[in-house]
Amino acid sequence: MSNNLNFKLRIWRQDGPDAPGSFLDVEANNISEEASFLEMLDVVNENLLENDIEPINFPHDCREGICGTCGVMVNGQAHGPEKATATCQLHMRKFNDGDEITIEPWRAKSFPVIKDLVVDRSPLDRIIEAGGYISVPTGTPQDANATLIPKEVAETSMDAAACIGCGACVAACPNSAAQLFTSAKLHHLNVLPQGQPERWKRTEAMVETMEEYFGTCTNHGECHEACPKEISLDFIAFMNRDYVKAKIKNRSLASQAK
Amino acid sequence: MINLDSKVPAGPLADKWDNHRFSIKLVNPANKRKYDIIVVGTGLAGASAAASLAELGYNVKVFTFHDSPRRAHSIAAQGGINAAKNYRNDADSVHRLFYDTVKGGDYRSREANVYRLSQVSVDIIDQCTAQGVPFAREYGGLLANRSFGGAQVSRTFYARGQTGQQLLLGAYQAMAAQIATGKVTLHNRSDVLDIVTKDGQACGIIVRDLLTGQVSSHSAHAVVLATGGYANAYYLSTNAMNSNVTATWRAHRKGAAFANPCYNQIHPTCIPAGDEFQSKLTLMSESLRNDGRIWVPRGLDETRMARDIPEEERYYYLEEKYPAFGNLVPRDVASRNAKTVVDQGHGVGALKNGVYLDFADAIARDGVETIRERYGNLFDMYERITGEDPYQRPMRIYPASHYSMGGLWVDYNLMTTIPGLYALGEANFSDHGANRLGASALMQGLADGYFVLPYTIGDYLAPKLGEKVVPTDDPVFKTALEEVDSRTRQWLDVKGTKSSDHYHRELGKIIWEYCGMSRDEAGLNKALTEIPAIREEFRKNVKVLGTADGLNQSLENVNRVNDFMEFAELIARDALHRKESCGGHFRVESQTDEGEALRDDENYSYVAAWEWKGEDTPQELNKEPLTFENIKLTQRSYK
Repeated sequence: MSNNLNFKLRIWRQDGPDAPGSFLDVEANNISEEASFLEMLDVVNENLLENDIEPINFPHDCREGICGTCGVMVNGQAHGPEKATATCQLHMRKFNDGDEITIEPWRAKSFPVIKDLVVDRSPLDRIIEAGGYISVPTGTPQDANATLIPKEVAETSMDAAACIGCGACVAACPNSAAQLFTSAKLHHLNVLPQGQPERWKRTEAMVETMEEYFGTCTNHGECHEACPKEISLDFIAFMNRDYVKAKIKNRSLASQAK
Repeated sequence: MINLDSKVPAGPLADKWDNHRFSIKLVNPANKRKYDIIVVGTGLAGASAAASLAELGYNVKVFTFHDSPRRAHSIAAQGGINAAKNYRNDADSVHRLFYDTVKGGDYRSREANVYRLSQVSVDIIDQCTAQGVPFAREYGGLLANRSFGGAQVSRTFYARGQTGQQLLLGAYQAMAAQIATGKVTLHNRSDVLDIVTKDGQACGIIVRDLLTGQVSSHSAHAVVLATGGYANAYYLSTNAMNSNVTATWRAHRKGAAFANPCYNQIHPTCIPAGDEFQSKLTLMSESLRNDGRIWVPRGLDETRMARDIPEEERYYYLEEKYPAFGNLVPRDVASRNAKTVVDQGHGVGALKNGVYLDFADAIARDGVETIRERYGNLFDMYERITGEDPYQRPMRIYPASHYSMGGLWVDYNLMTTIPGLYALGEANFSDHGANRLGASALMQGLADGYFVLPYTIGDYLAPKLGEKVVPTDDPVFKTALEEVDSRTRQWLDVKGTKSSDHYHRELGKIIWEYCGMSRDEAGLNKALTEIPAIREEFRKNVKVLGTADGLNQSLENVNRVNDFMEFAELIARDALHRKESCGGHFRVESQTDEGEALRDDENYSYVAAWEWKGEDTPQELNKEPLTFENIKLTQRSYK
């Protein structure tokens, strides 16, 4: 049978975007080592409720590491200490009995705190809306096998498309840059034959929308370290190359139109 | 009584959809911009419908309680999506997919709907590929396939173990393009808490902004619910924590018939619960059954590690009982058999609550790299959750509540019994009968959203040309809004002693026990006494702190639990009335000599559509007879 563990938690509490925040010190006792990090917070919330303290709001939904809703800083690390693991998949057996654990919301100016550990990540959606799609209205396109796509191309596209949009890359970055997210979204579509017609327009629009909201990449690589899906830094290099090309190509396309 | 006119078109099965598309009314392209449509939910069905309707020219307002539409729970579907492409040359066809789906559903679905689903399945793969969904490929560049439970052909398309994610991103991106053009207006972090009708027609919704707590009214010419299933009624399920029955339940209370609520799928391959505070169960894709062999020790008090148990002491119960389908029997059969061997005491793991899913033979045959390529992410996920390495020792799995075949009753146009209110995807009841085959949920969600609703909604809207939407200051909206606001705020005044999660867990235990993998009359009657009792206690003693005027997750949850408390009773009532066994609904009283589900076609070949009769009156049963003109009903056999 499993052993039970005790922790000392420091959890960030904040009433709203403009309210001052502070840490709540609370003990999490008798936690099963089978518990996930978020299940531990469930137990803490039950105890807070019993003591007439409002439970902590924290972002979560699927609890299987795919929806990208969850994510907190655990001892200063986005999604905590385990590599390639979202907060909901982090389990307490990775911690030691008696550990002190500090829990904070994503730290980035572009992700303002809504309440407690919940932040607003909507700028990521604005980047997709700027061009993160292939324009094929629903209808009857050609047969799916009409365009051959080499396995390696499909695989690298899928590597990038695996991004869950959690924002850990931004939270981990000293500059709050969103290059890893944006480049993954671009790479997913830009390497596919179907993605070619809009490639340059897409790249310019998404990169420039990203820059409206987020900081600049200085190649720290913290984003990749924090990423629960281990999205590769190479995609950022591809994005930068495509962006330079796009600036030239889009200019010549624009001048042709005149 | 409700008039359950299924509107299934006349004519031969294969021509019905074509004929229907020709005969229904259309809205001309220039007039579409004169209509507003509300879509609730942004999973596969909702996002694909919103994108497609906006592309046609309708003004679409989309509502989701998530922070981003991409987070809807379709994203968690792992294994794949079926389509009758016959790319493998293994004798697949539209008719075979249709046949497999009706048979898999144990002959409790509507033939015409299932046939249409099979027809449009091929278009879905084309559409998604064109959108850039990175489906798995062969070395030559062609699309790859795998096989799935309940079928003897390979017709499942997949994107690693993240097919749902990739399909949802495709639909979300198509919708994002329409958000950018302004044809779709996105309302995120918006909880839909009621459906509003006027003169018997759907005219809008009441929404609570989860950030400010403000309740507001929204009107449209038609309302589309794509709000998913109700598996979370069982508390422990594979659904996301926030998946709920509220929108469909509230629609039911406003007059939409609820069909076959007792058809709930218990998925055979999930990770068993580890402890008391478990908040959800994680599914391991059914595709694992392609290569994994399911077994338990023959002995009852086995303490050895799996690898130390010799071959002759292993009970490969599915392979022994069902030689033709083996480990690939449909989900309901696999789940029930797992329960049987665990109940007999063969269970494995510390809590003896699982069976083995063993990859040792597959690894020996194909090499560890091949297995890693096929299932690597699933194996990693398993290890993260259990701390055990499935390359070295077998996985432990056990069934868990997963998918709702039941849902709002809809006609062939996907319209509920409330005119102007549509239900799509898992939220409706129509295509899976009493059991859904693997890789068919994604197919149905996208079929409804991309290829069915965009045509059929015109039939309702065309005659309304020139009609204005009901203004949101109309008394019907004002009354509904006040009711929602006070219903939400009342929870803060209860000042009880237990959390809503506590009561949700208690409710889950009741229906898992009495309305789970096997049901009998005595148990169901017990459930019908215990559910109202726990509901009453919950309403008197739940404790919610904080405010209604800002983000408050406890308050969001208590509303949802309250609706599950009402809904669960209907599950039990439906299960009690259906004295036959079929698919996922196994009545102990109705089984063959070999312990298989025994249908009673003479008395139960119908859809049970329940009609709301008011707060303290049980729902009334309405029946839509099911007729099968193209398939001969047989006792399902997977031997």
